[in-house]
Amino acid sequence: MKERVFDVAIKHPIWVLLVSIILVVAAAAGAKNLVFKSDYRVFFSEENPQLTSFESMQKVYNKSDNVAFIIAPKEGSIFTPERLAAIHELTLQSWQVPYSTRVDSITNFQHTVAEDDDLIVEDLVLDPETLVQNDMPRLKTLATNDPLMRSKLISPQGHVSVVNITIQLPGINPVAEVPEVVSKIRELEAQFVKANPGVDLYLSGMIMMNNSFAEASQNDFTTLVPLMFLIVIVAIIFLLRTFSGALATIVIIIFTILSTMGLAGWTGFYLTGPSISTPTVVMTLAVADCVHILASFFYELRQGEEKSKALRTSLRINFSPVFLTSATTAIGFLSMNFSDSPPFRDLGNMVAAGVMIAFVLSITLFPALLMLLPIKVKPQKEETTGLMDKLSAFVISYRKTLLPSMTVIILALVVFVPFNKLNDDFVKYFDETVPFRQATDFMQDNLSGLTSIEISVNTGESSGINAPAYLNTVENFSQWLRAQPETDHVSTLTDIVKRLNKNMHGDDPAYYKLPENRELAAQYLLLYEMSLPYGLDLNNQLNVDKSSSRIVGTFKNLTSNEQVKLEERLYKWFADNAPQYTVQIASPTLMFAHIGQRNIQSMLIGITFALILISFLLGIALKSVRYGLISLLPNLAPAAMGFGIWYFIDGQVGLALSVVAGMTLGIVVDDTVHFLSKYRHARVDKGKDSTEAVQYAFASVGRALWITTFVLVAGFLVLAQSSFKINADMGLLTAITILIALVVDFLFLPPLLMKLDSNNTTNDQITNENKQGETDEPSTKTA
Amino acid sequence: MNLQLKPLSWILSALILGSASYATAESAEDKGLAIAQKTKQSDLGWRDMQAQMTMVLRNSQGQESIREIRLKSLEQETDGDKSLSIFDKPLDVKGTAFLSFSHPVGADDQWLYLPALKRVKRIASRNKSGPFMGSEFAYEDLTSFEIEKYTYKFLRNEPCGVEQCSVIEQYPIDKYSGYTRRISWIDQSEYRLHKIEFYDRKGAPLKTLTYDGYKQYLGKHWRPDLMKMVNHQTKKNTDLIWSDYRFKEGLNDADFNKNSLKRAR
Repeated sequence: MKERVFDVAIKHPIWVLLVSIILVVAAAAGAKNLVFKSDYRVFFSEENPQLTSFESMQKVYNKSDNVAFIIAPKEGSIFTPERLAAIHELTLQSWQVPYSTRVDSITNFQHTVAEDDDLIVEDLVLDPETLVQNDMPRLKTLATNDPLMRSKLISPQGHVSVVNITIQLPGINPVAEVPEVVSKIRELEAQFVKANPGVDLYLSGMIMMNNSFAEASQNDFTTLVPLMFLIVIVAIIFLLRTFSGALATIVIIIFTILSTMGLAGWTGFYLTGPSISTPTVVMTLAVADCVHILASFFYELRQGEEKSKALRTSLRINFSPVFLTSATTAIGFLSMNFSDSPPFRDLGNMVAAGVMIAFVLSITLFPALLMLLPIKVKPQKEETTGLMDKLSAFVISYRKTLLPSMTVIILALVVFVPFNKLNDDFVKYFDETVPFRQATDFMQDNLSGLTSIEISVNTGESSGINAPAYLNTVENFSQWLRAQPETDHVSTLTDIVKRLNKNMHGDDPAYYKLPENRELAAQYLLLYEMSLPYGLDLNNQLNVDKSSSRIVGTFKNLTSNEQVKLEERLYKWFADNAPQYTVQIASPTLMFAHIGQRNIQSMLIGITFALILISFLLGIALKSVRYGLISLLPNLAPAAMGFGIWYFIDGQVGLALSVVAGMTLGIVVDDTVHFLSKYRHARVDKGKDSTEAVQYAFASVGRALWITTFVLVAGFLVLAQSSFKINADMGLLTAITILIALVVDFLFLPPLLMKLDSNNTTNDQITNENKQGETDEPSTKTA
Repeated sequence: MNLQLKPLSWILSALILGSASYATAESAEDKGLAIAQKTKQSDLGWRDMQAQMTMVLRNSQGQESIREIRLKSLEQETDGDKSLSIFDKPLDVKGTAFLSFSHPVGADDQWLYLPALKRVKRIASRNKSGPFMGSEFAYEDLTSFEIEKYTYKFLRNEPCGVEQCSVIEQYPIDKYSGYTRRISWIDQSEYRLHKIEFYDRKGAPLKTLTYDGYKQYLGKHWRPDLMKMVNHQTKKNTDLIWSDYRFKEGLNDADFNKNSLKRAR
């Protein structure tokens, strides 16, 4: 069957080319269906408990996606008539942002004052034209001391202010809605910057984060993909010294990417930050297939073989290993289906499909192209073979030192794995070059972090929020929360109720406390609600029958662990102090705080499955349970060591890195497969002893292994350049792991094989069915 | 040749069409205003009115909450109407009474009696655009209709149920209004409102109000039994159910002042 496939490719290359083009064009047409979803919610599956909790809270209160304009006058003060006028204008304009439902700023803050029996409810800055310098100290004192504004809308020193726009995306066309909002925001930004040259303006908020997902990904696509192509071309030309081979490889890569992405479009996939790295990953993996076939092909040609025959030989000896490595790689990536986060499932599935497409193309279209292209070979000495000889000699003579010292190194690195901290800080998903990250860091340094936690406290009784017991509980909780070291701001209903009580008693500060009976609280709130303007109502804090209220805490940027611990403390407070109320705690940051851990747990199951499957495949391929078991060590060690090294590089693992072990497993297996199969071939089929077998394995696959490793490492290092940290970290750790895998396969596996095979001669506990090579083992031990 | 003629023929035809419509019909603005005036005119002379209002508030998950209010209004010939609302439910606001003298232009005069505090408070606020008792009705949706509050533009005639309606666009004069415009459907037989669409400050559709169950009182004044307000952005809605309409029971200015507010139960 496979011989016939080779025949067709070699004898009718034009037809193979034409059929491939037709199929690829048909597949690629699906790419028109591919859209980029930039909502951060795509990171969570529908059954994710934190997402469900958050969504149900959003249905009760209003949605809280937002855009924050951060205004920082260069002279260092917000409180001048000019700057307040600018904020007033920006606030007014912000109502024009599509899907905006609310705009909060210090100028439209609903200020209440009492005058005799009058209650005056008014914007803090109603008419900026009437402002004079004399008003400034009063306004500054007012704003920077109000618990609702301080650290939320205005910095305590009064030098940075925020205009916060609440956006309620209808979610009908998620692809178009965020860009629609952002383009209006950019327009306002441009206007503002032009009118206020002395002010720095930054943009943060969940909407800007969503947009950054899209922008960072598009940026990657336009910079990383071309870079990757360049590296592939250079690598092949320099390492294999063939232009035609490079050209054919490029065609295979392009066709693979087009059909992978096209099929993804046909089957209804959508793109997200992580899954948009599919082309880079597929490209990297597709190169390996081509390199193996090219290497053998050129080896045969240099031996003086005729072109079609050389190609046929190359295909014949590479078919099984290339199929096997493709299959194991696909299995590794398919293990990502266990991930809790849909974008990573998509990435896994798309890459798995891409790898298999690359396999098919590299045994059909690739030989056809090589037949069509002119191939010139100068018979020459293989210098690197000499290098491989030296390496194998080194490994063999130092095997007694290498085995224990490599074992020590492996263990020493693995020890550090548990020291990595679990953290998914979505602000840090973007590196410092991304404007969203700069803005959010600036906001964190001057006002408050982006970490927010929403706490809904339900009485289960209609109008129950007016009861003094409830208000006291909420007040005590809010005060307790404010006293926590990580807290920047707490927004709570009780601040409003206290202020109203004071207003109702002629602004007497002694009445800045909660009212003593339920009716008072209810009537104050009724009065207050009747005097609020459009969009600034209390519906985002109270549910419809006033049985529950929502407290929003804003915190310094916290690690996932810190957030989960904080969440536990919040629940504990209510368990200890107010067990009668139903408490629900949720927020986007909490969702991210939990996802790393959830994902690691689910990925561990995935990796176990993949490992069993891959080891099973290897056992079959190597026709030996024994070698299947031995392969476990060099297959598992690299990922473990990689995470150990990661402790020294970054020390934080999260969503992105939790999938690396699974995806690298399938790739690092390739090295082991090639090395072990050649070793076994020498031992079993050629009857060599373990030392000779090691030499043989080095000589025959050593060069191909380091070339493919070079390409893979280069490819994943390209991905590591992404400004989107999820992809960058994933790329870097994968590159490290693949590099380690080669080191392990070269320096640890051969001494291990020699050691085990020498031991086994004495007790004869060999699972291998073919034992003929074992007997002469002891004689070569001294070599 | 043809290209040169084209702009000229355009201008000519525009001129002809323009003068033709000018000659045969009043402008859309005038027509809109005229319909608004007829609407106001057709309901004049009700003098005083009392009714019972029940509000049913629902959020997007369908959770409900009920408010009950008694309403008294007094017709004013040269100013906006006076009205007194007495809250019965929820129970913790029972006895709270709200007095308002609406004015066609500028802020209304508003007082609130808080029984828990036993005091009348004047509310000095320009805001009429916030939600009324947490419902989807803004306070400005419930105040009396006055010609001077809007400018108008007639859009078209179209059927609304069995009736034929005039569709009129209204632009609020008050800069503190929560809307940029409203579109009203007014039937041509009795000048009753059938539907209003509200557009928010950025011109996006915000809410739709529909009127149902019109009944005629005293042989002249049409009042609905049900007003349904749906918010398209938050997916919340409020039903306003009217009952027990009474007219011309001899209420006068003395029933609508700060003292009457305290007495209202």
